[in-house]
Amino acid sequence: MLTFLARRLFVMVPTLIMISVLVFVIIQLPPGDFLSTYLNELQSQGEAVDPAKIEFLKHQYGLDQPLYVQYFDWAWGLLHGDLGFSFEYNLPVTEVVGDRLWLSLVLNFSTILFIYIVSFPIGIYSATRQYSWGDYGFTLLGFLGLAMPNFLFALILLYYANVVFGTSIGGLMDPEFINQGWSFAKVMSVVEHLWAPVLVIGTSGTASMIRRLRANLLDELSKQYVVTAHAKGLSPLKVLFKYPLRMALNPFIADIGNILPQVVSGSVLVSVVMSLPTTGPMLLTALQSQDMYLAGSFLMFLALLTVVGMFVSDVLLAWLDPRIRLQGGVGK
Amino acid sequence: MSSDEEKRNAHFVDKAPFNPYERDALTPEQEKYYLASQWRLTWWRLKRHRLAYVSLIILAVMYASVFIVEFIAPYAQETRNSNFIHHPPQSIHLFHDGEFVGPFTYGTDFSVDMETLKPNYVPNMDRVDRLRFFCSGDDYEFWGLIKTDFHFVCPAQDGTLFVFGTDRLGRDMFSRIIYGARVSLTIGLVGITVSFFLGIVIGGAAGYYGGWVDATAQRVIEVIRSLPEIPLWMALSAALPVTWSPILIYFGITIILGLIDWTGLARAVRSKLLALREEDYALAARLMGAKPKRIVARHLLPNFASHLIASVTLSIPNMILGETALSFLGLGLRAPVTSWGVLLNDAQNINAVAVYPWLMLPVVPVVIVVLAFNFLGDGLRDAADPYKN
Repeated sequence: MLTFLARRLFVMVPTLIMISVLVFVIIQLPPGDFLSTYLNELQSQGEAVDPAKIEFLKHQYGLDQPLYVQYFDWAWGLLHGDLGFSFEYNLPVTEVVGDRLWLSLVLNFSTILFIYIVSFPIGIYSATRQYSWGDYGFTLLGFLGLAMPNFLFALILLYYANVVFGTSIGGLMDPEFINQGWSFAKVMSVVEHLWAPVLVIGTSGTASMIRRLRANLLDELSKQYVVTAHAKGLSPLKVLFKYPLRMALNPFIADIGNILPQVVSGSVLVSVVMSLPTTGPMLLTALQSQDMYLAGSFLMFLALLTVVGMFVSDVLLAWLDPRIRLQGGVGK
Repeated sequence: MSSDEEKRNAHFVDKAPFNPYERDALTPEQEKYYLASQWRLTWWRLKRHRLAYVSLIILAVMYASVFIVEFIAPYAQETRNSNFIHHPPQSIHLFHDGEFVGPFTYGTDFSVDMETLKPNYVPNMDRVDRLRFFCSGDDYEFWGLIKTDFHFVCPAQDGTLFVFGTDRLGRDMFSRIIYGARVSLTIGLVGITVSFFLGIVIGGAAGYYGGWVDATAQRVIEVIRSLPEIPLWMALSAALPVTWSPILIYFGITIILGLIDWTGLARAVRSKLLALREEDYALAARLMGAKPKRIVARHLLPNFASHLIASVTLSIPNMILGETALSFLGLGLRAPVTSWGVLLNDAQNINAVAVYPWLMLPVVPVVIVVLAFNFLGDGLRDAADPYKN
């Protein structure tokens, strides 16, 4: 198990390096940079700009360096927890970001948990009662969840909360807690607000998860060892839980690799719509105003989230399934 | 005694000529079935799959209508009915006062709520505006070539026909949704072409050559797959220059959508090629001196071509949703280009949605198309599996 862990951790390193290069290239892609946009703005307002000041600013932000030097500076900073400087807010990125990264983490983690908790019993139910009304109903619901763009689901939820209950379910906490230190009341407020975005982001993931678990379990249930077990008089529940479920569980856990990027994507969109204090809305504005280091650290953080999530799922799989642990291969 | 013995020994012999293959003879239907090509079999199985078949028809109708949107839409794309801003949806009636008059709408009386300044439209039950069919309405240029004003349906003279209501500039939502179909439906096709090409080439190279090509491709795929799609799309489309013309932006967005989506396909192609390469018939072909290209194209690819088509069908809705999401955020297509995402951009403001809920209607075609593609893809996957039935 230890060698497996070590090897799996080692594999993550090149992946993360490639991701960081990719992210850096992407944030460098837009023509021009924040400084030149800023200068243009100043000039269009008729303000004289001192060339010396431009040079100074360029030098200070390292914009006069060749790209690879800029990249190494940035990557080196990332390793030390220095996320760079936000041009728009004129503050270090770490300060601008504040609690957002943690709240994102909480949001994504709760969504994954929600997906597992909801899809697990429903998947088992649908597989064991194939073609029953319940199965059809859940399948239909699942398809709807899949087809409905989740930002629209968020809108509709907001709309009904507004029209029917007269409340606003946007945000992640009660307004009075914003910009306040963490306290028990604030945590409770976050927990109270969490359900709406979690529900919205979770629907599409839950739908695909149910379908997958159902298909896997159905495959297992039609195998001969199940028939044998039934014939030998094992109780139906025991037959289900002892073997087929364990076999069907593998892809269920492994699927976190597919679900996680999807959830993170969804959470970005939904947080923009519901104006949650997570990475989403700020990433959007940062991208629009070419605040490259801010956008870069958000992208890097989201990628890190999925990479670490996949690592966790692989470790879980190895723990669950000795075949993977002993062969060291990640069964996919 | 002897006669008894004779009786026992004498047995019946049929004089007719004996045809040992008689039992194997096929009825015409059976013959048709057994001689049918794989594609034909797939098609028959798909036709039996009700939901998939209906979805196919719906999609076919929608894609066919893309060619004649100007003719179908009752109004032109940018026609502003400045007297009818934020007009609620009108319903089409058939009977007036218990009498059949054919499809018509009631006229509306307009007033302004002086407290909220909200326009207030009340149907006027005395004014019957009969719809006209195959009529002349707003001017348009058919495919940008022929100037005409011929429509399938138009409102009565001085009447209105806002089936889905109007937006903040008084433009008919129904017409705009129909126009939006042109962009929203094709963007998935163009994007999937990009990702199909990339997936086949990269996955094919990885599966066929193996070795370091495979290893590199695998790493790249892993990296791209571990990045969440939407933020990546957002970043890339934010990088599109603002100065680009709408048509360039359109292609930029499709290429961005395709660039990230190919990984799943490449993986499928690679793993299938790796497995099939070891099959006996591939070995036989190789021993008979077939060139690698021929082996891949003639012997291996047809094995999973139908599977590929099914998975392509399943990833088109993903692209449509992606475009909708990007345009909704204002990062994708922008007005004057009309797509369902661009239309939904108006629905971003929750207050507007609470007062004018019909602004959310463009989501209906999105859901229908995505569902149809999903059902069709599922049906195709089942139908293409030669080991079923």
